[in-house]
Amino acid sequence: MYCLGIESTADDFSVAIASTNGEILANVVSTYLPERGGIHPREAARHHAEVAGEVLTEALGAASMKSGDVDIVAFSQGPGMGPCLRTGATVARALASYLNAPLVGVNHLVAHIEIGKLTTGFKDPVTLFVSGGSTIVSAFEAGRYRVFGETLDIAVGNCIDVFAREAGLRSEEGLPGAAKVMKLANRGRTLVPLPYVVKGMDLSFSGLLTAATQLLHDGKYSLEDMCFSLQEYVFSMLTEVTERALAHTEKKEVLLTGGNAVNERLQSMLKIMAEEHGARFGVVPREYATDNAAMIAWTGILHYGHGMTTPIEKSYVRLKWRLDEVHIPWAEERC
Amino acid sequence: MLIKKGAEADLYLEEWHGRKVVMKRRVVKDYRVPQLDSQIRVHRTIHEPQIIHRAKEAGVPTPIIFAVDLAESTIIMEWVEGKQVKQVLNDLSAEERLGLCQTMGELIGRLHNSGIIHGDLTTSNMILTPSGKVVFVDFGLSEQSNELEARGVDMHLMKRALQSTHYSYARECFKAIIEGYRRIVGKEAVDVLEKVREIERRGRYISER
Repeated sequence: MYCLGIESTADDFSVAIASTNGEILANVVSTYLPERGGIHPREAARHHAEVAGEVLTEALGAASMKSGDVDIVAFSQGPGMGPCLRTGATVARALASYLNAPLVGVNHLVAHIEIGKLTTGFKDPVTLFVSGGSTIVSAFEAGRYRVFGETLDIAVGNCIDVFAREAGLRSEEGLPGAAKVMKLANRGRTLVPLPYVVKGMDLSFSGLLTAATQLLHDGKYSLEDMCFSLQEYVFSMLTEVTERALAHTEKKEVLLTGGNAVNERLQSMLKIMAEEHGARFGVVPREYATDNAAMIAWTGILHYGHGMTTPIEKSYVRLKWRLDEVHIPWAEERC
Repeated sequence: MLIKKGAEADLYLEEWHGRKVVMKRRVVKDYRVPQLDSQIRVHRTIHEPQIIHRAKEAGVPTPIIFAVDLAESTIIMEWVEGKQVKQVLNDLSAEERLGLCQTMGELIGRLHNSGIIHGDLTTSNMILTPSGKVVFVDFGLSEQSNELEARGVDMHLMKRALQSTHYSYARECFKAIIEGYRRIVGKEAVDVLEKVREIERRGRYISER
């Protein structure tokens, strides 16, 4: 069976096709690039509506399929930006009705974990999910992906992106602001003191961002040193809370997923930490790290396999849908 | 003898000048750059005994600190005889359980009155001694604060710990803790409780964990 997935929670509109055995036959992504500032939900939604037809056709073409070959239609039902989510949901409903195929509303956060598990082969990891919209430490327990720690204010990706914009490092096609920060950080040497805010397994980045931005504008330290310090502080905080969750759950795998998973410094820190605890470390491949529909299509397959479909009247978007609200019957605890 | 390998520190049970002691060692974390690593370990090693001392001044039983070794980021403290409240709470009679919870609430109240936020209020971090005293341990995540928000988060953590570990008694236990707490902090307990409710209502806590 084949599931066509649609992703549109934020700045990416993506269509992908996955098969029951976990093969990704197509994964086409079109990203909205704001001329300045961050993502404007309405503008992003307009971009999604404009490219939807093209992206859909391209995905079917890449998989050498006709629309009639699609058995299941899955879409990102939340959490995310309302106008963006609604655009994807509208396309999904229309397509499912046209094909008379079952519709599956997928939780975007669950999907990030599932694509990570699929690509690393991990069964029961402690997952650190880091992106522009989320910062969550999670592990499976008693039927759900439980949230052990999360940000108390802004997401880590948001923190780095805003810092990048303040530093004049604009996102470009194929080179996001965060990637520019990472490059500069590699050349930084001096650690500039910043706030380090860890509360139990929860984190806070807003004060750190304010402090880093002020120091940046003071011009006392080089941009390289500021990028270096920002990364070291932020990633140390993330690694510490992930370690706390690992020590608490005593799981044997650490999975890194989400858009900021591509950062090599963060990867190396988590790897060192995991190995100290005798756990394996795995990271989602680059093409499935940032928002993509492959993860939606694959999670749609998992849902469908357990009879979890979404009738049209319940397919309204869920802007604040939490990770731990979703029942996960397909996962099993290893320990 | 290693008794616990935590995320932040390793705990050893040792003999030290003829005494049974706990050695809490904050080990080097290779994932952090050395400068940040030593900054964090030194800060926490200094900070924890200080707050433990302030807790004593506030009338909250805490372990005696025998020595602090900054070079090794190690604190040597009293081994408190007794059992974790976590281990005994479910087996007590209803009356004993409520009495214990009220005592816990009073002690939390004393901490908060002195501007001490424990930061990790769980029943594993409270030891019930054979003489019936409750000793608070592990101030590694504690902070000094008079903010209502901080007290609310502290109390919320206590509630969440009860719900996850003592599911069937969580309600009555938390009620008894609040009773004890109110005895010490007075009317302000109402504000703290309202804060706990507000924290629960925030998006992140829509569904109970």
